[in-house]
Amino acid sequence: MPEKVILSADEVLRAMRRIAHEIVERNRGTEGLVFVGIMSRGVPIARRLAALIKEFEDADVPIGSLDIGLYRDDLSQGPSPQLRKTDISVSLQGKRVVLVDDVLYTGRTIRAAMDAVMDFGRPKTVQLAVLVDRGHRELPIRADYVGKNVPTAHQEEVQVRLKETDGQDQVVIVEASTGKEESGGNR
Amino acid sequence: MTSVKPVEQAKQHAAQKVALPPRKHVLDLDDFSPEEISQILETAGVLAEVLNRPISKVPALRGKTILTLFLEPSTRTRASFERAAKALSADIINLSGSDSSAKKGESLIDTARTMQAMGANIIIMRHSMSGAPYLLAQHTDLSVINAGDGWHAHPSQALLDLYTMREKFGKVAGLKVVIVGDVLHSRVARSNIWGLRKMGADVTLSAPPTLLPEETLEAYSGELPGRLSIEFDLDKAVEGADVVMALRIQRERLATEGSMNLRDYIIAYQVNDERMHKAKPTAMLMHPGPMNEGVEVSHGLAYGDRSLVETQVKNGVAVRMALLYRLVGASGVAA
Repeated sequence: MPEKVILSADEVLRAMRRIAHEIVERNRGTEGLVFVGIMSRGVPIARRLAALIKEFEDADVPIGSLDIGLYRDDLSQGPSPQLRKTDISVSLQGKRVVLVDDVLYTGRTIRAAMDAVMDFGRPKTVQLAVLVDRGHRELPIRADYVGKNVPTAHQEEVQVRLKETDGQDQVVIVEASTGKEESGGNR
Repeated sequence: MTSVKPVEQAKQHAAQKVALPPRKHVLDLDDFSPEEISQILETAGVLAEVLNRPISKVPALRGKTILTLFLEPSTRTRASFERAAKALSADIINLSGSDSSAKKGESLIDTARTMQAMGANIIIMRHSMSGAPYLLAQHTDLSVINAGDGWHAHPSQALLDLYTMREKFGKVAGLKVVIVGDVLHSRVARSNIWGLRKMGADVTLSAPPTLLPEETLEAYSGELPGRLSIEFDLDKAVEGADVVMALRIQRERLATEGSMNLRDYIIAYQVNDERMHKAKPTAMLMHPGPMNEGVEVSHGLAYGDRSLVETQVKNGVAVRMALLYRLVGASGVAA
């Protein structure tokens, strides 16, 4: 399986730094910010963004983790995906919620995540930060913060690798895989 | 290298998530692998969080219609399934013996087919005849969940018992569980024997000989990780036990089939403080309910510090949600 590196470790870090700055700038500070990472790789990315903001602004942004399994629109179409624990211990009522995911693709994951977030309260705003936008949207959804826009073909797979989950920071495009959709698939 | 560890953790994590094939029916635990049971218990742990949310409802079963058909009295099991179904946004239709056409002589299969024609996807049923749910699984396209059939099986109860033990003791494997009382007529005991032994717990049955099924040891003596034994003397059976599970005793049956009077039964088989004292210091009482306080369990013990009875009821909802979630992929293709 040939793979092409589209973001190196340094570039991943730079993209995260830029996104962290943009979030603070767009929201005029960190007041009321909450990061909600979408399982699984959105969670470590959310943690890193929060750590960067701590570094730049000396402010703590609370983090939640969200599994969207129960909100999927394709549950009737196959075996139920294994659920992981959602942990949103801060109230989202009136907050500026930033959803964080690794890859934005069809937009269905984000649709599900927005529905889920609304069940935890009524946020003032919901924004979206992703490391990679690979196009091919099936719903009217766009990201507010994007690490890199990457034109892709449907049969390609974008894999985001992170130190926390994969031992290294890297984003690659893999040619037509075996239908695996764990990373970057986001049906 | 410091970066190796997280990778291995990730790999282990991925290995745990081996996708199971879709499941259509839940009839008993005999056709569940330990891996599937573990995964359901894990899912139940995740779903317990949903019940604590400000809006404790998720759309996973939106558009599904669930029929409950209880042809035997039940309060907790039915209410628990209904709560579980509603938390997952399913629509639910409740039928009971008295208001169904069973009274007019409509057969079980006819009733189920009628409901299927109206768009039901899943039927949750209780029946006094062992095997009744199998009949519907065979003759309809519905997903069938057995909520208790005769003396045979009550899989959701056994799963919630396993969940409760795992939550309390961290794991089920290696636990010593004593099941006390009317094992002969108990579907709860039968399903628990399967579940506990598959998960590696040792089970001891303790009851008067007349209330122990003759088939027990032979029928369940397959190659399972946990052992099964019988000890007529409860005082000996509870020694070193982690869990003492008492079963409901019915007075009528005690006299006719148990050939024992209530007084003698209480003396020989009531779970009380003295007997719990002979078990491990950490040992807990469990009971599937409804409980006869003062008969199979002494007063005070039932809702005391050493009782998991209320926890069992609470956990039942999350475990039943996990079962419904497990079926959702296969239940959409009715007809």
